Amino acid sequence: MAVSLDPIATFRIEAQELFEHLETVLLDIEANPDDKDLIDSAFRAMHTIKGSGAMFGFDAASVFTHHLETAFDWVRKGKVAISSELVEVALVAKDHMRILIEHPDEANSSDGDAILARLAAVIGTAPAKVTLTRAAASQNPTLHKSATYRICFRLPVNALTSGNNPLGLLDELRELGTCTVTAITDDIPLLEDIDPFTCYLVWECLLSTEHPRSAIDEVFIFLLDDMELKVDIVEPDGRRLGEILLDRQAVSAEGLDSALTSQNRIGALLVKEGLVSSDIVTAALAEQGHLRGEAERAAKRENAGIRVQAERLDELMDQVGELVIAQARLRQMADAGKDIHFKALVKEIERLSSELRATTMGIRMVPIGALFSRFRRLVRDLSRELGKEIQLTTAGEETELDKTLIERLHDPLVHLIRNSLDHGIEAPAEREAKGKSREGVIHLSAVHSGAQVLITIKDDGQGIDPLRVRAKAEETGLIPSGTDFSDSDIFQLIFQPGFSTAGTVTSVSGRGVGMDVVKKAIDGLRGSIDVTSTLGVGATITLKLPLTLAIIDGLLVRVGKSRYVIPLSTVEECVERRTVDDTISAGFDFLSIRGELVPFLRLRSLFHVNTPSELFQRIVIVSAGGGRVGLAVDQLLGKHQTVIKSLSKLHAHVPGFSGATILGDGSVALILDIPHLIDYGQTCEAHSRAS
Amino acid sequence: MATVESTSLPVKILTLALAGEAFALEAEVVREILDIVTITDVPNAPAYVWGLINVRGKVVPLVDLRVRFGLTRSDFTIDTRIVVIELDLDGEPTIVGLLADKVYEVTTINTESIEATPRVGLKWRAEFIRGIGRRGKDFLVILDIDRVFASDQQAFIGDNTRNNEITRFVHAG
Repeated sequence: MAVSLDPIATFRIEAQELFEHLETVLLDIEANPDDKDLIDSAFRAMHTIKGSGAMFGFDAASVFTHHLETAFDWVRKGKVAISSELVEVALVAKDHMRILIEHPDEANSSDGDAILARLAAVIGTAPAKVTLTRAAASQNPTLHKSATYRICFRLPVNALTSGNNPLGLLDELRELGTCTVTAITDDIPLLEDIDPFTCYLVWECLLSTEHPRSAIDEVFIFLLDDMELKVDIVEPDGRRLGEILLDRQAVSAEGLDSALTSQNRIGALLVKEGLVSSDIVTAALAEQGHLRGEAERAAKRENAGIRVQAERLDELMDQVGELVIAQARLRQMADAGKDIHFKALVKEIERLSSELRATTMGIRMVPIGALFSRFRRLVRDLSRELGKEIQLTTAGEETELDKTLIERLHDPLVHLIRNSLDHGIEAPAEREAKGKSREGVIHLSAVHSGAQVLITIKDDGQGIDPLRVRAKAEETGLIPSGTDFSDSDIFQLIFQPGFSTAGTVTSVSGRGVGMDVVKKAIDGLRGSIDVTSTLGVGATITLKLPLTLAIIDGLLVRVGKSRYVIPLSTVEECVERRTVDDTISAGFDFLSIRGELVPFLRLRSLFHVNTPSELFQRIVIVSAGGGRVGLAVDQLLGKHQTVIKSLSKLHAHVPGFSGATILGDGSVALILDIPHLIDYGQTCEAHSRAS
Repeated sequence: MATVESTSLPVKILTLALAGEAFALEAEVVREILDIVTITDVPNAPAYVWGLINVRGKVVPLVDLRVRFGLTRSDFTIDTRIVVIELDLDGEPTIVGLLADKVYEVTTINTESIEATPRVGLKWRAEFIRGIGRRGKDFLVILDIDRVFASDQQAFIGDNTRNNEITRFVHAG
């Protein structure tokens, strides 16, 4: 496979991340206009885009960004105040910058000029013409580099009586960055000589911070004249204790050498030889630990930055899938044989491949937060367009999901959020009249639940009116009038193609396309949609999705001669039942489990199996759509790591299967799609009753 | 995919037997020919794609050409083979196994010797046939493999009650 090393492509990817970051920060600034850190962060992002843009030849983008950067520099310096208009212009400008970098040919310079004119109007200047020299632009965009300082300070003798609190000073240092503090107690006299008002302690702090050196001086600003303060920069390498002590001139090179020759724990040795006090060794040890920690953190930061092409991950996943299949075959061979060593080796390989599988899946998992933050702009822009006041709150951003899932969730979520915005949440005046707050809230959350992820879109709008949905459905002939339907069945109707209760068509929604697309997309991800709503209070839409699309744990069962995989995440328990208890029925029957009636489906009849049935049937109890349903099978074969292979178009419409997998002996087994299989079972039952 | 080309061009074909008659398909779509392997039944599938097989780690649908042409399924013999072909299904490259009673050979045929499908006198479904070729005294039925798969949606909906209901919903809405 060809690896793209095109620096411009790499820059574009980086720029895309910067733009996403910039958008988030700008939206944050709008909510907290006084937060200096946010303004700095926005400024840094613009600065980097400008600098590296010029470096890679995107001069137009660079010059354009310069104006925005200038505006934010003024904000930083307090010359211009943040206003929502400024944020608005900055967002539009950001979009324009994005066009300039991603599709420079499509960019319209008059658009850019218009934006700059607006920007100038907001910050109150005429747009200065700027030409950028590449040398100036290619300066290092990093503003502050993290450094580690060794701070050694002794407070004036009267520090305690003059109202200084050393703990407060230490806390201030800790606020600057990662800080390791050691107190040197060498100067403390014997108890009878102690003056309780004198400060005998000396402190040594290791501080890793992005703040400049002057920030440290600021901490001690009121004491600087009378105190001893020594600040050195420490190189963050994993140095040996002896070198650190040497560096601090706490021990002479000869002393160190002689101590080293005795080959013992150097700290203990040096103390024993009376060369240094134990406190100083402790301080040096702390420094060593601190620097090691820093080095590890730095290493981690670097690790986090590896970029891998998406196809490579997919390829890796495929190969791991093949490995899992091959390993299952090996296992079968080992089980058949008697060679203990071979068996042990197979066990080892099994462990390794399952770890490899877990790691590979882990690589593909990304937090959903990035997806959520993309909706903030959507909500902001749409609510303005519709004249509504809407706040988007999120929870569970750290919830991890397979990356393909996240990509494919974007469009359905956009549809659902648009729907909430347009149909759900009322106009501010209407809300006030109903006694609600003017501002509506859309809450987006994600949470893990077993092998599934639940994504919830909740709004506090008017809710869905089951009567209107019903009337509409009857009017369009979707359901016969007068049929008995529960509210949740009624709400499912909104996912039918061509369904819309919106009286008017707006630019946002109401055309009746959308919800069926959402349903289709979620079905395609083997997920389900649940709608609950209270009229006048709000609606909640919950998407239930599998964690991954690639590999699942399954329960392998046999029905007739064929084997099937039931996703283990749906299995609750297995029970046994005598076949002779069967009444002759094609569809559902009921089973009493601990006093609870559980309907069950005979897979033998559903799959038209003609082989003679076993004396006992096994019933696998699965959870589906909130209820429990049994599936009668002939035999339970055990747990099976299942690599999911999708079915071809030729089998796309076969009910009840979500895919297929290859078993250890090389044959193919179908994977049951529980919710659809149960639907199908119900339909079959309805048919057999009707006929 | 016109029915008959006027210019004479040699085309590589694979010849096979179905219910005692000789058929041919373009050799370029053929990937490999397999002996019978374990076939997994797909319950409630359209009758002509009743099975799935494993071809080098891929799950591949098995198309029973006999059933597709309106004949009954037959028992496998020592000659039964699976012809693995690659084709485009609604824009998606798909690997499919074709069940053949017997596979003869890869050979060439001149396009000018292919005649249009006669309207009558044929026991096969004419829409799947591109033409009749002649090799010596024998006739060869040239398959139009794209058409064999083209109308499968239509054929399928009739098989499935649930889909019927959905279609009804769609038409009503």
